Amino acid sequence: MTAVTAGVTSGGRLTQRRIALSEWTKLRSVRSTRWALAATLLLIIGIGIIACATFESRWPHLSASDRANFDPLSTSLGGVNLAQLSLGVLGVLVITAEYSTGMIRSTFSAVPKRLPALWGKALVFGAVAFGVSLPAIFIVFFAGQTILSGQHINIGISHPGVLRALVGATLFLTVMGLFGLGLGAIVRSTAGGIALLAAIVFVLPPILDLLPSSISNSIDPYLPSNAGRAVWTINPGAHTLAPWTGLAVFSGYAALSLAIAAALLNRRDT
Amino acid sequence: MIEVTKVTKRYGEKVAVSDLSFRVEPGVVTGFLGPNGSGKSTTMRLILGLDAPNSGRTVVNGKPYRDHVAPLHEVGALLEARSVHTGRSAYNHLLAMAQTHGIGRRRVDELIDLVGLSEVADKRAGRFSLGMGQRLGIASALLGDPHTVMLDEPVNGLDPEGIQWVRKLLRKLAGEGRTVFVSSHLMSEMALTAEHLIVIGRGRLIADMSVDAFVQQASKHSVHVRSPEAERLGELVAGPDVSVDPLEPSTVEIRGLSSEQVGTIAAQNGIVLYELTAQRASLEEAFMELTRDSLEFHTSNVDSKPKVALA
Repeated sequence: MTAVTAGVTSGGRLTQRRIALSEWTKLRSVRSTRWALAATLLLIIGIGIIACATFESRWPHLSASDRANFDPLSTSLGGVNLAQLSLGVLGVLVITAEYSTGMIRSTFSAVPKRLPALWGKALVFGAVAFGVSLPAIFIVFFAGQTILSGQHINIGISHPGVLRALVGATLFLTVMGLFGLGLGAIVRSTAGGIALLAAIVFVLPPILDLLPSSISNSIDPYLPSNAGRAVWTINPGAHTLAPWTGLAVFSGYAALSLAIAAALLNRRDT
Repeated sequence: MIEVTKVTKRYGEKVAVSDLSFRVEPGVVTGFLGPNGSGKSTTMRLILGLDAPNSGRTVVNGKPYRDHVAPLHEVGALLEARSVHTGRSAYNHLLAMAQTHGIGRRRVDELIDLVGLSEVADKRAGRFSLGMGQRLGIASALLGDPHTVMLDEPVNGLDPEGIQWVRKLLRKLAGEGRTVFVSSHLMSEMALTAEHLIVIGRGRLIADMSVDAFVQQASKHSVHVRSPEAERLGELVAGPDVSVDPLEPSTVEIRGLSSEQVGTIAAQNGIVLYELTAQRASLEEAFMELTRDSLEFHTSNVDSKPKVALA
């Protein structure tokens, strides 16, 4: 108020860049991040290598139909199916852990407009999810194909669609993490957020399969995880969206969850 | 400066704050006093925009808190102690808070030293005692060197040395011209720290005055008189603003007159006095007297048979 107020630093304004830096500090300074990211790496690389090694060693004994159905790309990317959950759960935790510990009050006192904090989280976590997934996916692709080359059943990176699928898988995992963040911000509870995410990814598809196929075939491709899967496969099934269309639809779900979260965040008490 | 204007906040059916208005001026420590559950923490959350009022508005240094371009330089707040991620170290917590406003690591180190957490700065905040948590909260409140400092029950869980330290700190901050707003449910604590008081009960304003005036007004002065003619004296002094209650045979309690006035009346009427004592309520009694009707939870009277309520 008065000039007596000593030593108040000027120019220390709130900016989106600074908020993102703060969110980076928050993300790297809790254990759950390290655990979830380590689990993600392990799942992507470990499962892919095990799957490839199994096919390579069993190949001479496999039936003709098994051989016909074999897909070297999706075999090496098998771990993505589980990594989507570890990254999705970390996305949920990034926001719900703040609610369960009370940290959210500190966050919103520093960033009282609130939304910049959500965007900061999305930006930083999205970048981290991408940065961790990308090398893991390329490592498991090359390692897996090297193993498969023992039986000459490998696929090259220059094969049509392969590079797109590898980048696509990385984007898919990134968007899954952001979807988790959006869901977590909507429900504000760790258990609720994880349950919701798991239900959407793992429970919804088999439930839909209970419907007559004339109905389920037209809905199935638009389910979040199915739509997202289209971008990281080169052997799409009969009822699958085009690769980038699929990713766009999946990103739409994630964007919607973040938009709902943003609307609620502005309105709700903390 | 904090201005709260006609603020009402309901949580479902429950009214937490009701038509509350007050101003907190810079340069003095203002105590925010009220029994537990009277709406102090809610009011502070409303000032910070963490909760939105149903009606009315709160303004800090001329603007609603959320409209400031550098909020942490305007208001530093210690809210409920549990406002940190339990898995993050004290240092990283403060660093993350500081980075939102481009406040450097040097300032973080400085504050960790100031509040005496250097030894445990790398420990997870979840392992902290209540007192250590309070120190961390105070450090976080001071990060932005704010114009206004708002602390919710800062001495809770602190040891006597820590309490002394907080009192000195608050007076120093006020002396620098800052607005200092501190809540407590203990009148005695406020009497030692604050110059001005805002008292609420059940979400309503009860008093907004200096500590001295509060004590003056709130403590019901009474005079105990022992005299063989106590009854006659009672009749003589009785009036619209004076009440007389017999305490025991030949002793009465007179309210509304000073001991000087009672003594003079007695002398004028030739009444012998054995004893003339001015009674003064303690601060805590004064506070309880003021807020008695607005207590959220009544305790039953321990001395006598349990009663339904004291009020």
